Amino acid sequence: MAEHAEGHQQHPLAIYLYIWLLLFVLSTFSYLVDYFGFQGLVRWSLIIIFMLMKAGFIVGIFMHMAWERLALITAILTPPICLLVLIGLMNIEGEYTTKTRGQYFDEQPQVSRIVEGHEISH
Amino acid sequence: MSHEMNAAALPAGVTGVVTDWSGDKQAFQVPWGKAMMWIFLLSDTFIFTSFLTGYMHVRTSTTVPWPNPSEVFALTIAGHHIPLILIAIMTFILISSSGTMALAVNYGYRRDRTKTMLLMLATAAFGAMFVGMQAFEWTKLIVEEGVRPWGNPMGAAQFGACFFMITGFHGMHVSVGVIYLSTVAFKVYRGDYESRGYEIVEIAGLYWHFVDLVWVFIFALFYLW
Repeated sequence: MAEHAEGHQQHPLAIYLYIWLLLFVLSTFSYLVDYFGFQGLVRWSLIIIFMLMKAGFIVGIFMHMAWERLALITAILTPPICLLVLIGLMNIEGEYTTKTRGQYFDEQPQVSRIVEGHEISH
Repeated sequence: MSHEMNAAALPAGVTGVVTDWSGDKQAFQVPWGKAMMWIFLLSDTFIFTSFLTGYMHVRTSTTVPWPNPSEVFALTIAGHHIPLILIAIMTFILISSSGTMALAVNYGYRRDRTKTMLLMLATAAFGAMFVGMQAFEWTKLIVEEGVRPWGNPMGAAQFGACFFMITGFHGMHVSVGVIYLSTVAFKVYRGDYESRGYEIVEIAGLYWHFVDLVWVFIFALFYLW
């Protein structure tokens, strides 16, 4: 495409305005998830879906990744996959720590030690 | 191609390292500044993900209930108690700043210097508003709610440390971005890029959109979780 030859990205203004509006709508949706107090798996999946959609539109359209060559896309977007390994490992580790804490420590005295000197508001 | 060359003809040692790295090979068909900005943003992605993963770890491993962000960040406006409203407004402000930035990039390539400068200044102004609201939020949490990095009256002690670390590092990025964008806007207005092109506006835009991108994750994972 011509814009690649010139080394820069030029696209119709309408697409930016459309994405801008879309990001507003998606943000409103994620806020409403909290406002209406959805809990559990519904809350969890809605938050993640809206988050990933917003991230995709920002990277793809606003940051022009959708129009870049594959060499750049792969160089930037594949390394973060390593981070999924870190997140997975730390999740397992966190659950293990909770279990050991639940087994060996009484949680209630910890709370009162932490909030010592403060008034508990509720 | 390098494998077709005779390896013996290439210099060894430190000279070889320099020869290899300075070989006239270009992988990315974009201005070097843009490639470097992407690589910087990639490294920043790792930093922010490390923070968020650390937050996830302490939150899953604590046996004390985590303070409910919906209540912690609620505001009472005109007698109505609205959950998370300040954070929602901050989100919309940052998205709007991303929108004006995208338009600025577009007008930059059209060489419309006045509109580019004004849109970049609007972006920086939105950014400054965001930081101002964050300062308000921090003040409220520290002074009124008694949140400290080592404890808080609402629940798990790690809440404060995660909150100040993650939002503080993000706020620092926004503040730096405001200075960065203002500088580039001034240079656009002065006509510095007339001869070498307006890629720099797109590169500054990449940084700004990234700041917005990070907020999308913080908003979802810290405030809505």
